[in-house]
Amino acid sequence: MSGGPPSGATEPAVPSPGSGAVDPTPTLGREDVAHVAALARLALSDDELDMFTEQLARVIEHARDVAALDVADVPPTAHPLPVRNVLRADEPRGGLDRDEVLAAAPDVEDGRFKVPRIVGEAP
Amino acid sequence: MNPGALAVAASVRSGERRARAVVEETLEAIAARDPGLHAFLHVAGDQALEAAAAVDRAVEEGRDPGPLAGVPVALKDNICTRGVPTTCASRILEGWLPPYDATVVTRLRDAGAVVVGKTNLDEFAMGSSTENSSRGPTRHPMDPTRVPGGSSGGSAAAVGAGLVPLALGSDTGGSVRQPAALCGTVGMKPTYGLVSRYGLVAFASSLDQIGPIARSVGDAAALFEVIAGHDPLDSTSLDAPAPSVSQVLDAGVEGMRVGLVAELVDGTAPDVARRVRAAAGALAGAGAVVDDVTVPEMRFGLSAYYLIAPAEASSNLARYDGVRYGLRVDAPDVAAMNTATRTAGFGPEVKRRIMLGTYALSAGYYDAYYGKAQRVRTLMIRAFDRAYERFDVLLGATAPTTAFRLGERTDDPLAMYMSDVCTIPSNLSGHPAISVPFGAGDDGLPVGVQVLAPARGEEQLFRAAAVLERAAGEVRS
Amino acid sequence: MSGGLVSGGLVSGGLVNGASGTGPGWEVVVGLEVHCELRTRTKLFCGCVNAFGDEPNTNICPVCLGLPGSLPVLNERAVELAMRIGAALHCEVRPSAFHRKNYFYPDMPKDYQISQYDEPINVGGWLDLPDGSRVGIVRAHLEEDTGKTTHQGASGRIHAADYALVDYNRAGVPLVEIVSEPDIRSAAQARLYVTELQGVLVATGASDGKMEEGSLRVDANVSVRRRAPDPAGAEGSPAPFGTRCEIKNLNSLRSLGRAIDYEAARQAALLESGGTVVQETRHWDEDAGRTVPLRSKEEAFDYRYFPEPDLVPLAPDAAWQARAAAEVGLLPSARRARLAELLGTAPAPQQLEQVGVLVGQGLDELVVAAVGRGAPAELALVRAANELAADLDAARALDVGAFASLVAMEAEGALTATQAKQVLRELLAAGGGDPARIAAEKGFEALSGGALAAAVREAVEANPEEWARFSAGEDKLAGFFTGQVMRATAGKADGKAVAAELRRLRAAPAGPEGPGRSEQP
Repeated sequence: MSGGPPSGATEPAVPSPGSGAVDPTPTLGREDVAHVAALARLALSDDELDMFTEQLARVIEHARDVAALDVADVPPTAHPLPVRNVLRADEPRGGLDRDEVLAAAPDVEDGRFKVPRIVGEAP
Repeated sequence: MNPGALAVAASVRSGERRARAVVEETLEAIAARDPGLHAFLHVAGDQALEAAAAVDRAVEEGRDPGPLAGVPVALKDNICTRGVPTTCASRILEGWLPPYDATVVTRLRDAGAVVVGKTNLDEFAMGSSTENSSRGPTRHPMDPTRVPGGSSGGSAAAVGAGLVPLALGSDTGGSVRQPAALCGTVGMKPTYGLVSRYGLVAFASSLDQIGPIARSVGDAAALFEVIAGHDPLDSTSLDAPAPSVSQVLDAGVEGMRVGLVAELVDGTAPDVARRVRAAAGALAGAGAVVDDVTVPEMRFGLSAYYLIAPAEASSNLARYDGVRYGLRVDAPDVAAMNTATRTAGFGPEVKRRIMLGTYALSAGYYDAYYGKAQRVRTLMIRAFDRAYERFDVLLGATAPTTAFRLGERTDDPLAMYMSDVCTIPSNLSGHPAISVPFGAGDDGLPVGVQVLAPARGEEQLFRAAAVLERAAGEVRS
Repeated sequence: MSGGLVSGGLVSGGLVNGASGTGPGWEVVVGLEVHCELRTRTKLFCGCVNAFGDEPNTNICPVCLGLPGSLPVLNERAVELAMRIGAALHCEVRPSAFHRKNYFYPDMPKDYQISQYDEPINVGGWLDLPDGSRVGIVRAHLEEDTGKTTHQGASGRIHAADYALVDYNRAGVPLVEIVSEPDIRSAAQARLYVTELQGVLVATGASDGKMEEGSLRVDANVSVRRRAPDPAGAEGSPAPFGTRCEIKNLNSLRSLGRAIDYEAARQAALLESGGTVVQETRHWDEDAGRTVPLRSKEEAFDYRYFPEPDLVPLAPDAAWQARAAAEVGLLPSARRARLAELLGTAPAPQQLEQVGVLVGQGLDELVVAAVGRGAPAELALVRAANELAADLDAARALDVGAFASLVAMEAEGALTATQAKQVLRELLAAGGGDPARIAAEKGFEALSGGALAAAVREAVEANPEEWARFSAGEDKLAGFFTGQVMRATAGKADGKAVAAELRRLRAAPAGPEGPGRSEQP
């Protein structure tokens, strides 16, 4: 059925020893997947947990090439282009009609969005 | 033979054709052909006819109806259209009606273009085949057993099948260029920041760009010029007007330095590689100076991308929590409701990427994964910069293969991710790139070749693309 | 450890002396996080109006509602005000960036908050307090506010609610979060810090400082540690900081003080009995007078901070920073100094207290201006401190010239104290006026020295028994005679002058005509 990468694809090169590279990749396990699923408010069945763990572990494994690079002296790029100081004047700009917005809401009461009870205070 | 967008606009502006007739024809073609194609998730027939009528009125009254007057356009369903469903092909946004238009939509309307419908995509733009849509896949216009590519598969198929002359997609890791290549159309990703993202449902904010899909380089240029330019509603929008690329389409490539990138040829299927080399030859024949170049850092692109994009996506998709809009699955407390809603509302690929992204950002792993990937990104940009000291544009394949079969890669996410290996580097660097149809593979399916340019290098990009388009036409005949 | 042990009685008498932080064994260590809503016209990242009290969900747009496809754009005025705050707190203004703080909560439209993480706009300052202490400022950064949830159901309290309603009017309002060093050592000092900070924030124009409206919110980080055995001796280095708890839901200065005292006592008692303090977030229960741990479904929050890709970095140039600093205006400490200077070289402690109160009330300007127009400083201070508190709004609108004239009239003796107060009341009600005219209308004029002496002698002669007792030493009878004189003169006599005259008469040698002999008019 499905194979791996298309024929002819080369695996990414592993850096040579002595380049200062480290390979600290922890292997991604079932508990890790369960943990991030909970953080992301996703419920997984046991079968899904197994499947996703296997799939995600393979992706993380493939990312070893990045994790192994010694890039400590290289600054991170958060934005591809060097723009700074984009600002807007403190002037009101028309907003949305409340009725139109609430019409899209799953549940509404008294002009506000209604949700089931909240357990726990905000951090 | 379907007239291109510019031809339609010219005939409507001159009064020779009525926009209403154009749109009616389009709607009929969609009704006839789309059931087998499934490019469209929603056809906005009434709104389209109203818009067309407004164009016709403008022409009658002697007012300028806009450069794309009467031209039917399809929009990927992750672009917000007021009052028209925008679902991102996800259950979690089923039936959602945005209360506002994306900036690109406003600009299209102001240019007289007529939005006829919203097209299919991989859910939340995550995918390379449109098979991750919650509404079923779109089929390749030439072979219904194959994928159109993704994630903008619906837009590429709609243009490739001749249903509309213009479409917009979004490109985060290749999602405009790759399906355009597979479907035999032109697809372009602008310099990051040249087209407003306001109203584009975010997938990976530092990588996303809206791009045009068309059947000709000229049409793609015209559409690009309409949507590009500074937008005060988007902080990452470049403070620059749209480059006038239409005017340079005939400038040729005499003396242009072209680098054929080994990493964008090696590892592709042999028939694809042959087409790319032929394209290099065509550019040389037109007066360009073509040479080989290697950019080894591109090899890390896939891994860096599959850490950065899911990380940003995991945060961008947190808002789908059942509170304010979209799907809600009830539960006794709000956290349980969030979980039930998101579990029911997201498909497996979206869940995979959310979890991957959450992991890459989580405490203890940030430096090893997301942090590192952002540094690798810098390495790639520097590598590109070095290449552009020697070359004006770079050349390579758009996708490693021609259109693959439905179901062929769905069991192996990593194999699917490999479809983006040629396109991802430009998203990481923020540079523009365009895919131009250049012949066919051994299976007769379209092959696209990719031109890359430095930031704000759209002029040389389109110049090279125009030459390739002419050469491709000659090769075919 | 039962709750009963940590009762009010233990707080007042026991392990930690809340009032001053000193006690037999333990010292409380407090750091405060103050969230200040900025007085901008619009929200931090969109053009929706920044207003309190509007109908729910009427100030919303795609951006502050976090609709799919929306994007933030930074409000220039918010940056300006943040820099003013930084300047007022002696911070360094730095190039900064925004980060996403990711967590789920219904009042968060995007389920992440755009904030500043390791590159905040203001770093490293301090605030000097009126008691002479200094509290360090770690940072003051920009972030967006959340919407408001109200819990509905049985009692309206979070633990017993059936459902909740969310209003996003406040979502996206600009906040500056000011984080202090853990330099605070008592509940009183904490209150003083917040009060002084409130004054600073109002002075910068950045905030209206209204804790009761929620435009100023305080969370306290409280821990305790053993006092050094001999603070003055060589071994007097303090113990390391203990584990701290974060206390939330402090809606007033009073709550702040009570909560710190309670929490310090709770922790000290826990440690005394051999337990350990768990680092946690606790909720101040105003009615019950105690902190309670919050039972949340989340484990420790992992906010997964990363740079906000939808915003570009911020680097205000030196010129803009200088302009912002120049707009800061007179800070409370400078205003106190300005007023105190008018009182001469050694103002009495009571006067300094009055100075502090007047500055806090925003009435120092009035007094300074009145003195500038010739009103004597000490009297202007006293009148303002004692008579204007009843109606601060009217006082702030009072015409300076009228106030200055009135004080001068009293100082010259043209009006008694009582008369002056009455005229002042009228001036307040009218917002101004001519004190001389008002005094004339009321028939006010102070009694001249001769008329006063005559009136006193008449009262004395009319009441020989009381005079005999007063002469013998019953000083409180002065009040009786003063009342008599006041009645006889329809209130025109100045009480102090009457008392002085009585004492003079008592002390004078008895003459052939007795004490009733009048002085020359």
